[in-house]
Amino acid sequence: MRNHFDVIIIGAGPSGLSAAARAAEQKLSYLLLEATEAAANTIRNYQRRKLVMAEPRGLPLRSPLPFAASLRESVLNSWESVIADYKINIRYNSKVVAITRDSESKRPEALKVELGDGSIFTADHVILAIGVQGNLRKLEIPGGDLPQVQYQLDDPEAYQNETIVVIGGGDTGVENALALTGRNQVIVLNRAEDFSNCKESNLTQLTEARQRGALDWLLETRPQSIEANTKGEFPVTLFAETPKGIERIPCHRIIARLGALPSRPLLESFGVAFPTADLAALPVLTPRYESNVPGLYIIGALAGYPLIKQGINQGYEVIEHILGNPVEAADTALLREKFASFCSDRGIEDVLDKIQRSVPLLRLLNSLQLRELILESNILLPAAGDIIFERNDYSTSFFFVIEGELEMFIDEDDIADDSFKSGEFFGEMGLLSGRRRIATVRATTQSALIETPRRVILKLINSVQAMRRTLDEVAIKRIVHACIGLSLSEDDLNDLASHAVIKQYAAGEELFHEGDDADGLYLIRRGSVTVSRMMTGREVVLFYVAAGNYVGEMSLISGEPRYATVRAAIATEAILIDVGRMQGIIARNPEVRASLDARYLQHLQEQEKRQQLETSSDSSSGFSNQSAQSSLISFLIQQGVGEATDVLLIDESLCVRCNHCEQACADTHGGATRLDRDTGPIYANIRVPTSCRHCEHPHCMKDCPPDAIHRAPHGEVYIDDSCIGCGNCQQNCPYDVIQMAVIQDQPEQSLWQMLLGIQPKQVASTNNTKVAVKCDMCKDIADGPVCVRACPVGAALRVNPEQLLGYASNNVADEHHILGFDDA
Amino acid sequence: MQQSNMFDYKNYRYFKIAVVVILIALAAFLFFEPAVGHYGGSWLGYTLGTISACMVLWMTWYGIRKRRYRGTGATQGWLSAHIYLGTALTFIVTLHSGFNFGLNIHTLAYALLLIVVASGFFGNYTYMIYPRKMTENMGEDSLDGLLLRIAEADKLARKIALLMPDEINNTVLRACRETSIGLSLIDQLSGFQPNCPSAKAVQELTILGKDLAVEQRKLYRELYSIMVRRESLVRRARQDLMYRARLGIWLYLHVPFTVGLLVAMLAHIVAVFVYW
Ligand SMILES: Cc1cc2nc3c(=O)[nH]c(=O)nc-3n(C[C@H](O)[C@H](O)[C@H](O)COP(=O)(O)OP(=O)(O)OC[C@H]3O[C@@H](n4cnc5c(N)ncnc54)[C@H](O)[C@@H]3O)c2cc1C
Ligand code: HEM
Ligand code: HEM
Ligand code: SF4
Ligand code: SF4
Ligand code: SF4
Repeated sequence: MRNHFDVIIIGAGPSGLSAAARAAEQKLSYLLLEATEAAANTIRNYQRRKLVMAEPRGLPLRSPLPFAASLRESVLNSWESVIADYKINIRYNSKVVAITRDSESKRPEALKVELGDGSIFTADHVILAIGVQGNLRKLEIPGGDLPQVQYQLDDPEAYQNETIVVIGGGDTGVENALALTGRNQVIVLNRAEDFSNCKESNLTQLTEARQRGALDWLLETRPQSIEANTKGEFPVTLFAETPKGIERIPCHRIIARLGALPSRPLLESFGVAFPTADLAALPVLTPRYESNVPGLYIIGALAGYPLIKQGINQGYEVIEHILGNPVEAADTALLREKFASFCSDRGIEDVLDKIQRSVPLLRLLNSLQLRELILESNILLPAAGDIIFERNDYSTSFFFVIEGELEMFIDEDDIADDSFKSGEFFGEMGLLSGRRRIATVRATTQSALIETPRRVILKLINSVQAMRRTLDEVAIKRIVHACIGLSLSEDDLNDLASHAVIKQYAAGEELFHEGDDADGLYLIRRGSVTVSRMMTGREVVLFYVAAGNYVGEMSLISGEPRYATVRAAIATEAILIDVGRMQGIIARNPEVRASLDARYLQHLQEQEKRQQLETSSDSSSGFSNQSAQSSLISFLIQQGVGEATDVLLIDESLCVRCNHCEQACADTHGGATRLDRDTGPIYANIRVPTSCRHCEHPHCMKDCPPDAIHRAPHGEVYIDDSCIGCGNCQQNCPYDVIQMAVIQDQPEQSLWQMLLGIQPKQVASTNNTKVAVKCDMCKDIADGPVCVRACPVGAALRVNPEQLLGYASNNVADEHHILGFDDA
Repeated sequence: MQQSNMFDYKNYRYFKIAVVVILIALAAFLFFEPAVGHYGGSWLGYTLGTISACMVLWMTWYGIRKRRYRGTGATQGWLSAHIYLGTALTFIVTLHSGFNFGLNIHTLAYALLLIVVASGFFGNYTYMIYPRKMTENMGEDSLDGLLLRIAEADKLARKIALLMPDEINNTVLRACRETSIGLSLIDQLSGFQPNCPSAKAVQELTILGKDLAVEQRKLYRELYSIMVRRESLVRRARQDLMYRARLGIWLYLHVPFTVGLLVAMLAHIVAVFVYW
């Protein structure tokens, strides 16, 4: 058998298959290596009968490998027939473990590819298309490779009456274990002493399952070895080290869910370089997908393109690049569309070049990165006087100025506080805070802008170190400017910004403590903090301070120690300006002093009011008004309300359990209610039901392949219809509010049907795919949230954190009143 | 942010309207004494009657309106208006009749109206009282969750009881088999089972445990604590069902009598025009 090829393609996913099919068409000598026993392992692992979506819709497909939105099974079949028709030279069960360049051998320029079984192949070009799913961590113990040990669970229904050991106390392990209970005896092995890494809901279900004896667990336990049994009921025995010694566990099956290995170390072992230390960074690639290792190409999910269609196109393109054929990138047509109204008389390359010449920050990108950025962005051509965004908008996109000039207005007066010219950028606060815009930006001349989604910029920042640095510097300067120094001179501003320190705090961590010496002024850049103080022996939360404000000015002005404790309510980032520098600034700038003074006085007043309340409230009634209020606030903050922009609460002392809220939601949202009234924690009669909080930093958006989750201008986080049903957002939402459901338009019940109790006929559904559904705050419905409007008694309400304090105090006052009444 | 309930909605807007409506009707009644005296057939009677008939229809419309989720506005406002204007309606109808009652279809309509209104008041009372109690009783648990836990406790208790002397086994078995939770409507409304076998079992176990062998004591203690827990679960589940039933039961008067009222009212109006 020959073992030198023109091209070796590693990984028979969509990208690798496409490259192989094109290589076959071009009559190259090539070899496709696949680690598992069949092609497209990632797709094969989708749940059965999943509809595979073909996003991005507008992108043309150009490859001998067919692909259109259809069922997993038919996608796989069509690819199998390509493998047969083209007689694809594929070698299964061939896991690549090393790629090196062997300068000693007779082909010093060739790359040497080594398989797990020791076989060696060489090639002039190697295409890596191994995706990001494949590297499941395996059990590195004797017997870890027995057939009864599996690392995935495709179909829990397939197992009946077995004793199954699930190794791994993370969410996947626990979910697998729960899915197996009922029909099987399940034992969960957890290395840690508890399941604190799990989502709350998984933990409760797990505990319940254990209470009813459906499952058992062993904590602080590590597997030691696995032995196959030749006779008896159980095919394998697991030996595990528990705190009480070695335990023997005979069983039918072992499912190990140990997480995936990041692919970076593997790539680094091949010699591939990464631009930054960030684990999420993508490898450095040329526009032809070539890495820093000459002849080694990287495409598909591994190269940072998370969708099937993109990977397939790259498989085609990379072969053409290797052959030296000019290829017009598949996205050219899309780019042309983007540029339809901007320099449409020029060629694409020309326009891209012009953009890079006018915006220095974009010169840091290679042409692949630039193209992707433009594809995901919008070109805006505002006329003089047009508003780009307004103060208090919720948009988070980022803007580059190609041409023209714009002005920014932070406060109400009509005097510009800053201006942006060609080559500059703005909107960087949106990258961090996920909060409302702090200023209005308006074009002063006819301009050309690139509007880029937050997610795209964040991805780039992870890969392009220089871009991050530039952005950080400018961002600090601008926030200092916005928070305290509207009137500061450029020198003062630069001085402050260059000495400011960015500090990060986990939820609950203290920025400073009551009684500490003042170390400076903290500008909250992201997240939010609570300000609390010891009163009559307990800690009382006084305020809640959101991003874009500052704390710590009181001691700065008075020169006394910290009068309160400031604590991060959620993960928070603050910019610290030290005392000395700040006092210098104050001395030189009477206006800064005046605005700090005003804040100081306001705080002092509020503080005084609280103190009065505290002392006047009847201390004999067990718990005082004030402390009850502050514990309600702490409770709500614990429930994630601190990072919410809008949250549904149900006043259980009013709710008559009629369920109209859920019915109304389902009726107006495709038959699937987006709130679960009946679950969720309660405190002082306030329930935080399972329903979206529209987080400042929507965790659900983190990892959505088609980028289907967005934030509307008024803050609503919603999922659009490009959702492919992959379930990532469901996993990522810490509040468990996303479900997978079939959406079906609900016909409206006519008056007669309602009177006679007839259910209107459902239109036969054409599409039974489950997609992710969550609350969209009824953003498309006139008059707002129907759940709130459908509640006859006014028990359901939506609040934002700014209203929270007010609501909490009213409610507790109410409670207090009733208690007092009962006492009398 | 001020949250309001159905009574103080929009700062008692509908209460104020209702008071004004009643005052106007009363003033009209006192100032304009028709030549024929006060009765439904006077011009004032006709006016008040027509107004009441419209209001009755509008009150009924609430039942439809609260299920039409696609409209605008808040149901809470509608309910607030329903309550206050429904009360005002009672006054107006009474004035309309001129206090002439007898054994006729007119008075039947009036009686039905009173039943509807009275049940409405009772409903209000339940809406004010029970939600808070339900939360106190259930905390974050759901009824399904409780029932599940009861079923599990049953299973566990029976398993342990098998290892116990017959008497104990029988007591536990009886408790598991004969405990009923909200079987009939009466049970649901009352919220308890007379002679509840679960409570009895706990009592009996206290006595039966006295002369057990030492090695059975540990198991017995476990069984006992399961049964105690089980009993309190049962009690909470019954309470919850009771609250639910009481929150809902009055609607079984309110709605059918509304239908009756509509029919009687129609008959009344037809009668009035036919036998002019
Ligand atoms: C649940 C889920 C649903 C999704 N739904 C969609 C959808 O509907 N539409 C869509 O466009 N995208 C979807 N995606 C994303 C899509 O699956 C990926 O973008 C796509 O599979 C990436 O293709 P690839 O060829 O780069 O890598 P993969 O498809 O991951 O293929 C990599 C192949 O390489 C093999 N391999 C790995 N390591 C080695 C090695 N060392 N040596 C040899 N071979 C190796 C693997 O076995 C595998 O067969 C979904 C993803 C998930 C997880
Ligand atoms: C269009 C609406 C109405 C009209 C035209 C109307 C008309 C009349 C008339 C003409 C009478 C006098 C009949 C008589 O004394 O012989 C009457 C009496 C009465 N009506 Fe109405 N009515 C109306 C609506 C209502 C409504 C909605 C109710 C109550 C639900 C009501 C309850 C009564 C009562 C209790 C009497 C007194 C009966 C009596 O005099 O013995 N009416 N109405
Ligand atoms: C003519 C008088 C009235 C009529 C015709 C009437 C009719 C109705 C109807 C049809 C409903 C809808 C029930 C449902 O479908 O769930 C309803 C609900 C209700 N009514 Fe009345 N009603 C009247 C008077 C009153 C009065 C006077 C009160 C209170 C003092 C009252 C209190 C209520 C309450 C609390 C509800 C339940 C609200 C809910 O849960 O949505 N009603 N009424
Ligand atoms: S779905 Fe979850 S993560 Fe996303 S905004 Fe809502 S609560 Fe936050
Ligand atoms: S706001 Fe709208 S989408 Fe969200 S839970 Fe309420 S009804 Fe459903
Ligand atoms: S609509 Fe209001 S009263 Fe009815 S269940 Fe929902 S919150 Fe409770």
